[in-house]
Amino acid sequence: MKTFGALLRSPSALFGLAVAAISLATALFAPILAPHDPLRTIAPLALPGSVAPDGSHLWLGADFLGRDILSRLIFGTRTVLLWSSLATAASFSVGVSMGLLAGYFGGKLDTALSFIANTLLAFPVTVLYIIIITSFGASGANIVIAVTFASAPGVFRIMRAIALDIRNRDFVAAAITQGESALAIMAREILPNAATPLLADLCLRLGYTAITVGVLGFLGLGLPPPTPDWGGMVAEGKNMAIAFPHLVIFPCIAISLLMLAMSLLSDSLQQIAKGGSRA
Amino acid sequence: MKAEGAAPLLRVRDLSVTLPQGADRRFAVEEASFELSGGEIMCVVGESGSGKSVLSSAIMGAAPTGLKVASGSILFRGEDIVRMGEAKLRKLRGNQIAMVFQEPMAALNPAVKVGEQIEEVFTLHSRLAPRERRERVKALLSDTRLPDPDRIAQSYSHQLSGGQCQRVVIAMALAMSPALLIADEPTSALDVTTQAQVLKLMRELRDEHGHAVLFITHDFGVVAEVADRVAVMQAGRIVEIGDKRTVLDAPRHPYTQKLIASVPRAEPRPASALKPDAEPSLVISHLAKSYRVGGQSVTALKDASLALDKGRTLGIVGESGSGKSTLARVAIRLTPADRGAVRVGGVDLAKLGGKALARARRKIQMIFQDPYGSLNPRHSVGAILTRAGRLGGKPGAEARESAIELLRLVGLKPEAFARKPHEFSGGQRQRIGIARALAMNPEVVFADECVSALDVSVQAQVLRLIADLQARLDLTLVFITHDLRVAAQVSDYIAVMRQGEIVEFGGAEEVLKRPRHPYTRELIAAAPGRNWTPPVLETPE
Repeated sequence: MKTFGALLRSPSALFGLAVAAISLATALFAPILAPHDPLRTIAPLALPGSVAPDGSHLWLGADFLGRDILSRLIFGTRTVLLWSSLATAASFSVGVSMGLLAGYFGGKLDTALSFIANTLLAFPVTVLYIIIITSFGASGANIVIAVTFASAPGVFRIMRAIALDIRNRDFVAAAITQGESALAIMAREILPNAATPLLADLCLRLGYTAITVGVLGFLGLGLPPPTPDWGGMVAEGKNMAIAFPHLVIFPCIAISLLMLAMSLLSDSLQQIAKGGSRA
Repeated sequence: MKAEGAAPLLRVRDLSVTLPQGADRRFAVEEASFELSGGEIMCVVGESGSGKSVLSSAIMGAAPTGLKVASGSILFRGEDIVRMGEAKLRKLRGNQIAMVFQEPMAALNPAVKVGEQIEEVFTLHSRLAPRERRERVKALLSDTRLPDPDRIAQSYSHQLSGGQCQRVVIAMALAMSPALLIADEPTSALDVTTQAQVLKLMRELRDEHGHAVLFITHDFGVVAEVADRVAVMQAGRIVEIGDKRTVLDAPRHPYTQKLIASVPRAEPRPASALKPDAEPSLVISHLAKSYRVGGQSVTALKDASLALDKGRTLGIVGESGSGKSTLARVAIRLTPADRGAVRVGGVDLAKLGGKALARARRKIQMIFQDPYGSLNPRHSVGAILTRAGRLGGKPGAEARESAIELLRLVGLKPEAFARKPHEFSGGQRQRIGIARALAMNPEVVFADECVSALDVSVQAQVLRLIADLQARLDLTLVFITHDLRVAAQVSDYIAVMRQGEIVEFGGAEEVLKRPRHPYTRELIAAAPGRNWTPPVLETPE
């Protein structure tokens, strides 16, 4: 909770938290907030600010199928938050548990797990996505699997490094002499000491995964249309972007803003971790 | 050594250095005044946080960041360092005032040969030709009694031992024949025998070159060994200053009296009657351990055997790398042994595994060296002790109650229960570590250098606590230390270790008074301040 208090004192962290909170609220209350049905054709290629036939405003314009861009952005928040959180959560479950095991037990287990992680890290991520999604088909679950493959090795390396360091501390030795089990030592003694660096990485990775979901959508590997999806919106609008820049600019701003917010949050958490590790 | 003329070399007058706002006191150094004549060694002694290091850096003309000289003057040969410009200070430093640091390895650049690093001083402060410079470097290295100066000059710091590095640092400090040498805990990171050599060297060099030395230390043994005069610092103030004999043998200030009363006496405690019929509570037989380092096998422990009766204390003494910590870690099975047995109350720990091991090992607990690293910073003290109690087999509520009881037992208030380790001082943390070990109701407790990181007065309190608990709970104690004085004070038996071997084992008095092994004799001779017996003082406590 001390970490949270420190976050509230940093302006950039406050900005990050605010954007995260607004995004979350937008996703939760999308049906209330969105002025239109995101799938309904209203006025094809309407410019921002134009008036729809029924008299309502299309504040950010409409896409080539005449769907309200603002409403699609609002509903797209759901897509991006849902799938990037699920994918990040999956990456962390795999990465943290494997990293704990490798770092705590060391030896052959560590060699094997580190080899797998390094092999995966050596793969170009985009190629990895394309291979996984083209062979299993584009769906939410497959996005989660693909991101886990790409992201878990990074989490693994952080967790392993921390576990390697902490397991040599005397308090771990004390726990061993008290007959504490390996699982309890990992959960009680090691994991809590990794909380802040892991949280910082979580924020950053959440931002990257949001971009990834966008990129996958852009490459046509995301959720099948017509699901509102920021990356997909950019992809659909890119051919007309010179004449109608509003088709791509707004989804790009949305992606960048979310990424920026998560990066700032992550930076602040790292600062707090550095300054407060011993104090 | 006689003072050169009437004016002292260094005259510090009413020097105050302010701490940043929010510190626990206003001044790091408060109204310090003293004089230092040429050729004199003055020890500044005090506990951590007493301001002794700040004082020394102020004299170098470089107070640590955030600290400012508020008032007073530091006259060096009549010129005030406090008011001197940076350019002039640079000329002074390394030239007329030189510094020797605590960590010799950290003071040397690992990427540059040590000979070149000494040469650098000449390049900065003199116009010597390269040939002359190299000659001088060689002369300096042989001055500091380094064998084969040519080879040493061509070495990197990691190829030298700690003692050799410190000699190189001293050679570098003496390069320009400074008038004042400031040494900040220069031997604290060294082994006892190396420390004795370096202290002797520093005295001899002073006799040869006639420079003054300001020697910062926390160790009264070292003071007794090197000082001409002594200044005692407490919370930024110099509370007592005077001739070595006067301060050490007849201290006047209560704080000095308290510190000196805390210094462990090198006298072994009287041998108590042995109980030959009792089954020893700890038996270690033929314990061995070796590690593989870069394909080579390194023996850390060979064939260690000893037995210890219930309620007795064994002191294990040795220098770094002697295998004393390995012995402890193997005995409590933090590291598996290659061979041998460890019997606690008749059960061989080395043969057990799984649940049986988890149960049996509670009988043998450890108090760790580093009071900062041995407590998980994420858990409250109460959580740590309660968990220990539960693992010891107590149900939840009972474990909680015994945790509070343990806090009381080690002299902490019940309020400590809800606090996190970082809210405690080093000595208090060590008490928590002791409470945690006791939570398991152990029969045997290993204490690995458990008072080495503590200030001398806190050390005395913790030693007293341990002795008290031992008597009350009939604990069997294995006390690992590099400090012969501490070992003498606490032990019934003493084992001396060197290079993984127990070279001597016997009753404490026997080993300390009539050592048989030459290495034991060497260790005893090297203990700093062996010719000084702290006076018995009437302390207010």
